[in-house]
Amino acid sequence: MSGDGAPLLEVKHLKQYFPIREGVIFAREVERVHAVDDVSFELSEGETVGLVGESGCGKTTLSRTLMRLLDPTDGEIRFRGADVTHAGRRGLEPLRREMQMVFQDPFASLNPRKTVRQIVSVPLRLHGMSKDDAFRRVGELLDSVGLAAEHAGRYPHEFSGGQRQRIGIARALALEPKLIVLDEPVSALDVSVQAQIVNLLEDLQDEFGLSYLFVAHDLSVVRHVSDRIAVMYLGKLMEVSPAEQLYTKPIHPYTSALLGAIPIPDPRENRARERILVSGEPPNPIDPPTGCVFHPRCPRATGVCETDEPPLVSYESGHVAACHHPLNVTEQEISAATRSDASPHTAGEKLPSAA
Amino acid sequence: MARFIIRRLLAMVLVLFAISVITFLIFQVIPGGDPAVRLAGKQPMPDQLARIRAQYGFDKPILVQYARTMKEIFTGNITSYSTQINVVDEIKQDFPRTLWLALGAALMWMGFAVAFGLYTAMRAGAIGDRVITVIALVGVSMPVFWIGALMNYYLGFKAGIFPNGGYVIFGQSPTDWIYHLLMPWTALSLLFIGIYSRLLRSNLLDTINEDYVRTARAKGLTERQILTRHVLRNSLIPIVTLWGLDFGAVLGGGAILTEVVFDLQGVGQYAYESVKQLDVPPVLTITMFGAFFIVVLNTFVDIVYAFLDPRIRVS
Amino acid sequence: MSADPLLQIRDLGVSFLTEEGTVRAVDGVSLDLAAGEILAVVGESGSGKSVSAMTLLGLTRSPNARFEGTATYKGTELIGAGDHELQGIRGEEIAMIFQDPMTSLNPVHKIGDQIAEQIQAHDKVSDAAARERSIEMLERVGIPRARERVDSYPHEFSGGMRQRVMIALALSCDPNILIADEPTTALDVTIQAQILDRIRTLRDETGAAVILVTHDLGVVAELADRVAVMYAGRIVEQGTLDEIFYEPQHPYTWGLLGSIARVDRDRPDRLPAIAGLPPSLADRPEGCHFRPRCPHAFGKCDQTPDLEHRGGGAPGHLDRCWLEAEAKERLRQVDGQIGLRAPEESPA
Repeated sequence: MSGDGAPLLEVKHLKQYFPIREGVIFAREVERVHAVDDVSFELSEGETVGLVGESGCGKTTLSRTLMRLLDPTDGEIRFRGADVTHAGRRGLEPLRREMQMVFQDPFASLNPRKTVRQIVSVPLRLHGMSKDDAFRRVGELLDSVGLAAEHAGRYPHEFSGGQRQRIGIARALALEPKLIVLDEPVSALDVSVQAQIVNLLEDLQDEFGLSYLFVAHDLSVVRHVSDRIAVMYLGKLMEVSPAEQLYTKPIHPYTSALLGAIPIPDPRENRARERILVSGEPPNPIDPPTGCVFHPRCPRATGVCETDEPPLVSYESGHVAACHHPLNVTEQEISAATRSDASPHTAGEKLPSAA
Repeated sequence: MARFIIRRLLAMVLVLFAISVITFLIFQVIPGGDPAVRLAGKQPMPDQLARIRAQYGFDKPILVQYARTMKEIFTGNITSYSTQINVVDEIKQDFPRTLWLALGAALMWMGFAVAFGLYTAMRAGAIGDRVITVIALVGVSMPVFWIGALMNYYLGFKAGIFPNGGYVIFGQSPTDWIYHLLMPWTALSLLFIGIYSRLLRSNLLDTINEDYVRTARAKGLTERQILTRHVLRNSLIPIVTLWGLDFGAVLGGGAILTEVVFDLQGVGQYAYESVKQLDVPPVLTITMFGAFFIVVLNTFVDIVYAFLDPRIRVS
Repeated sequence: MSADPLLQIRDLGVSFLTEEGTVRAVDGVSLDLAAGEILAVVGESGSGKSVSAMTLLGLTRSPNARFEGTATYKGTELIGAGDHELQGIRGEEIAMIFQDPMTSLNPVHKIGDQIAEQIQAHDKVSDAAARERSIEMLERVGIPRARERVDSYPHEFSGGMRQRVMIALALSCDPNILIADEPTTALDVTIQAQILDRIRTLRDETGAAVILVTHDLGVVAELADRVAVMYAGRIVEQGTLDEIFYEPQHPYTWGLLGSIARVDRDRPDRLPAIAGLPPSLADRPEGCHFRPRCPHAFGKCDQTPDLEHRGGGAPGHLDRCWLEAEAKERLRQVDGQIGLRAPEESPA
């Protein structure tokens, strides 16, 4: 479940449940939203892990929890070996330098009343840099993201979406972090601007030795930046795979359905393609389905899928998937498969058998 | 829903308790508030004071006094120290005046606010908008006791157009009743007209730009239908709920100054006079009475809000 | 397909007077729409595609908007039409669905009432009849338990369901044209696939024409019969689906096609991006609007090319590029695929 290099971030059986409270005088917890439901993975130095899924799958909650913007309900988060799961403000201070975030909405994530210089220099000033040093560094940072030094005196509304996102990236880079968590950084941008920002992110990764957790719902964009990709559905990991393999050999039916749902910008291929449309809507995370959470919408579901939650099975070279009826795997691969440690505690022991 | 109401009732009990305790304690600590002294009149003799204290129980511990006063309030047996009249009876007599003052003013301010709000929103940026905005701001800035006194003096006393204060019971003469209330209603409304028309204007301008108004237009509705069913309907929701709260506040005591200036002999004026004399029983009773109304109206407003805006019902 | 187009747009221009000057959002758009066809209008933000679509229904009218040109629907001129006339057409003949289903429905009215409202604005039917028709429409767009849910409020639905409600609303009076402005942009990809499928089925069943405004070329490839590509307020290329995707004639189209990340092809080292930014709407360059970003620009490009047929392909395939047909065929191939060369690599 890991790439090469030392693990920078280790996540073990992480859970994030949100309580729903009701009651006349004293509010009791009656239900819980299972936003993140036992997720484990590792992220190594210099690596980019793409995290994909549709709305409600828990990827945004997971990214916020990793940044310790939220307190996990259960499980463990380790950054550079240190346990930061329940660290207080003091304990998190070093983490905050090393782990930064870029947000989705370039229009909402920048304070409209501050100049670019002020916005980008805030993290530097917070960590003790003098004003002059900070402003000089701002110039350097703007340069790295492809903006000009004179942009520092302007306000966010004077920039386009793509430029604003560059400002957000400059701010994230200010403290020289090791890991940047990007929450849908290009979804709100035009297609041609998306390409520019994605290329910029790749350049910055090479230049500064960064690691990325790239959260997105768009499988096509994620492919370009990622070394490995994790697919989430209803709070659980469905599949984690080296990037290319996810597209050439998706093992989990949900991944296949996601890929199939993406319209190909090529009319002939689109017409020739046979696809199964996934029916229905994603279910309620308050009351997730029993067994495999995808079974109500899965065209391959059988009886066992309703009763037994499938474990995450390790197939080969870091490709894992949680499914009783995996796609695109040979008999050999199935018999050689092992149960991954990243499997949720509630998952069974049963591995898929050769057909 | 039932749970909601029960919670509110419990909250009300707590609020009333807290208010009664605080008010009671205030009177215990203010200088010159010793009721025995006030009751005794000029140059009291010590034994006179002692007798009064024993009679009224002022020598007992505070807790006992408090408990006794509360019992008196709730059994309706509470008498004023200065006038010796039963407070609850007095309130019953005065309350209709306060009620009509508050209700009339509330309806008047709402009517004008909607008219002005609509007008200024439709003509936003034009001369008409700016003129009415200035008028509204002036209305907000004039204290009611000042404008009330001015109106009373110039229009009532000097010019004789309106009566010089006082209240006429509806049963006696409906026309006179309205006649006497017009100026107080106006004085009390001015402040609120200013606030509410600006608020409505702002809501309208926001709502007009909402996507669902565009959808309504794309459906082929007439501009009038769009205005009433979509723009006004949605913009008024927060206004209506605010109106309920302000009405409760006015009823619960916000009209004191108006009543005094125009000598309407309502509950507010009664409270004013009692405070002047540091007369504990009426003040305590009226305070709790007012608080009760405010809590009840708050609850009512919350229920109405949920009725008007279905999104609220979920939470 | 009938011979006469259902909708004829000629030289449509839309300008807005603002404090920063006159913003020319739409700069001379001409199009024909045949009955029953799906026409995709593709462009990025600022291209003028949404403004063009909304102008057809008079939704962009405001004190500081200025209009030119004509848009003729079945003999009626839409651009200068009176309120009463337009109200009769909106919803009844030409209907529209918008991008964001979360905000496009009034949150305090039941969805059944919102659909019935449109029906009763155009037909004198009873409340009960309008309600029945609303339920029927909800069923047609695939909303489960329509009879119960007709009394629900918008916030009780998910995004995908809300968009279906919008489609049900738009089609409730059986319009001849459906304008869909980015109908699936705000939705998940699996729901998007369902919605697109539904739009196509409804077109097949009712014969309505569809104007599909979008920036997503995948959606275009999925649904469109013909395509118009817009840039900086103008149509720069227009043709059938296959013509645009396989024989594109305009460098901007090449750039768009080249910059898409594709899941079914090998991954390139860098995503080819079109260098630079679209021009500001208030201040456009003379001549071809794309010239500043085009690696193949030459002398003649400072004259505005008309939208016309210029050689290669069928007569309906129009474009605005001065390059010779042969040059276009050669230049659009970059690394074995259609794309736009990056500026530094462009030959003189």
